[in-house]
Amino acid sequence: MTTVLPVPNLAAIGPEILVTVLACGLLLVDLFIPKDRKRAVGILALAGTVVTALFTMRYWNYSATTFSGMFVVDNFAVIFKEVFLFATAITILISLRYLEIEKVSLGEYYALMLFCTLGMMVMVSAADLVVIYIGLETMALSVYVLSGFMRFNVKSSEAALKYFLVGVFISGILLYGIALTYGVVGSTNLNAIAETIKLKGLKDNPVLMIAMFLLAAGFGLEIAMAPFHFWAPDVYEGSPTPVTAFISVAPKAAAFAALIRVFVVGIGLMAPHWQVLLWVIAALTMTIGNVTAALQSNVKRMLAYSSIAHAGYMLLGILAANTTGLAGVAFYFFAYAFMNMGAFGVIILLRREGIVGDEVDDFKGLAHTNPMAALLMVVFLLSLTGIPPTAGFIGKFLLFSAAIKAGFYWLVVIAVLNSVVSLFYYFRIAQAMYMGEAPDSSIPRPQGAPSLTVAIAIVGILTLFFGIYPHHLVELAKASVTTFIPFL
Amino acid sequence: MNWANLFFDLFAVIVVILSVITITRRNAVHSAIALMMAFVGLAAIYVILGAELLAAIQVLVYAGGVMALMLFVIMSVKSDEQNQVKQTHAQTLIAAFVGVLFVVEIGVTVWMGFLYKNTGALAKSQLAAMGNTEALGTVLFTKFLFPFEVASVLLLAAMVGAIVLAKYKLER
Amino acid sequence: MYHAISEYVPVLILLALAVGFGVVTLLVSFLVRPNDPYPDKLSPYECGIDPFTTGKLQIPVRFFVIVMLFLLFDVEAVFMYPWAAVYKKIGWYGFVEMFLFIVILLVGYIYAWAKGALEWE
Repeated sequence: MTTVLPVPNLAAIGPEILVTVLACGLLLVDLFIPKDRKRAVGILALAGTVVTALFTMRYWNYSATTFSGMFVVDNFAVIFKEVFLFATAITILISLRYLEIEKVSLGEYYALMLFCTLGMMVMVSAADLVVIYIGLETMALSVYVLSGFMRFNVKSSEAALKYFLVGVFISGILLYGIALTYGVVGSTNLNAIAETIKLKGLKDNPVLMIAMFLLAAGFGLEIAMAPFHFWAPDVYEGSPTPVTAFISVAPKAAAFAALIRVFVVGIGLMAPHWQVLLWVIAALTMTIGNVTAALQSNVKRMLAYSSIAHAGYMLLGILAANTTGLAGVAFYFFAYAFMNMGAFGVIILLRREGIVGDEVDDFKGLAHTNPMAALLMVVFLLSLTGIPPTAGFIGKFLLFSAAIKAGFYWLVVIAVLNSVVSLFYYFRIAQAMYMGEAPDSSIPRPQGAPSLTVAIAIVGILTLFFGIYPHHLVELAKASVTTFIPFL
Repeated sequence: MNWANLFFDLFAVIVVILSVITITRRNAVHSAIALMMAFVGLAAIYVILGAELLAAIQVLVYAGGVMALMLFVIMSVKSDEQNQVKQTHAQTLIAAFVGVLFVVEIGVTVWMGFLYKNTGALAKSQLAAMGNTEALGTVLFTKFLFPFEVASVLLLAAMVGAIVLAKYKLER
Repeated sequence: MYHAISEYVPVLILLALAVGFGVVTLLVSFLVRPNDPYPDKLSPYECGIDPFTTGKLQIPVRFFVIVMLFLLFDVEAVFMYPWAAVYKKIGWYGFVEMFLFIVILLVGYIYAWAKGALEWE
């Protein structure tokens, strides 16, 4: 019996190789950098991430499948990889000073962040359930450690432990779903799954339905969609704020991308079934997220619930299962990366020696103490609510119009009502900033480190830019999902 | 009924009994030791099923490494807290319900396995050709090359994480 | 190539002997020994002095690091079994794969060593 030795196309995994080498290099370089200069490791990581992001852009329209059909490079993968790398770069920028204030400035932080990025990049390029799983694990393992990075802080340790326990649960559920799929179809390759379902007419198979539920639950836990959202507020509140900004965007995007690939490419023929399932989940997620967010006084918790709600909006895009909807998800993740990381950036700005700065009251009088930051925060809040001229508005517009096109009128009504609720709690922050009384002058004014200011400025400008000139990015997003449509 | 089947049943019963002991002891160390023996029993079952590599992994990684980790974790807890592990709590009923659901599901799966007589035909022919470990190795190093390499990064991330979280001295 | 289960009969015999030895020893001593317990006799022997703590100590977290590293390298070693079984068949191709796998973990080993994770103090 001869064994076929598949020759992998190494060029296809160029960005992944780059990130791996970068992360390993940082680990080793870190050994020679003295304790008070760890910022250098961060700057190195930032430079590497930017280079990787620029390098990944060359893979637009590259289109390759390699490693026995397990790894696929298409425009969809590239566009999401850019989201991850952008989120990583911004997170590093907003971390530099924060880690020093928290006295946990260690080189490993950046290496773990890159391991996480690698896991997400693998996930979004995976055309096989096994690869998705291992990418998810690599991502999740790094994130557990990052969320518990402030080891002396009880809340941070609690966040890490909770995230870990939920994560283990995710793994179990997801693996069970994968096993059942494999049991019915006889393959873990997404294209092979689609093929078998088509040939054998398995789209109403009961075991496959259970597998679909389990896969949705597994990814749903990572996305924090209701009813699997319970862990998110505690983890978001306890984690170091830059890490919170990161996990509210990047791992969520990775899980969404994997969910799209599995549900559209793998079990696209089962769309009538999963559309019903996602309809219920989307309605629940939006409502629970927004209503609970309105009750919070801690801004990090509020943004955690709001992030749950945003996952609900984005589910509309998958649910609609048309070009506009899927492109809407891709676009929305860019917009969400800008506005959410910006909002968290402003929270970090408020973090000074002795002041945590994550309560709504801490925002009081920011319009007087730091008018620029207050103005940018308003931009982010407008964008999160979905009011023009911001990127958030365009994203919501795409998602809602896609859902209307697909005939989900009631769900769009629920989504719009939810947006109105969100207006209420986002503007509590704006109110505190502009109408609240400034604290006495004995407390140091919130003044960002240069890197933080740059990061907030970048995301602020991008939020406005893509709100006013969205055309190009929308076209790119649409081009990224064209390959998926034949599967539906 | 041949000998292999008899021993399969014997070990299955032993594993079930040990698992029940694991979840009912108040002393966490006793639970851990019962669990370790259950792992070894599982390894025996794997051998009977012809999955030697899995049996070796079960003994090496689970009965060896994982159990050592568990015991160390138990022992790093204060000794008077060790004996007061409460095994029942408010969620017992829910857990029992999920457990029953799980058993039903496995039952259905097994039942369906009886319905489709030819399940596992491919695996059996492969096994006859080259044996379990070799078959696994061939697939792992050719078809599953990519996940295999990513696994090493996964292990590296785990290593860094363990050291970051547990090794650094308290510097405050 | 397929190993018959009958090859495991010696293992089974050993298992039976080990279990039998324990059972028989305990049973015989239970039958033969006089049974007369009192508190002093039941207390643990500690060089003749009264024991002042329980036998269970709270161990420091560094044990955890050591055993965690052990576990990780254990898992790494597990991948080498199937590799060894098919080494002749996949030759250099498999060698390069395993080389990369180990190089990545070598980074972790160097890191752990340099950070002092392998030292006791």
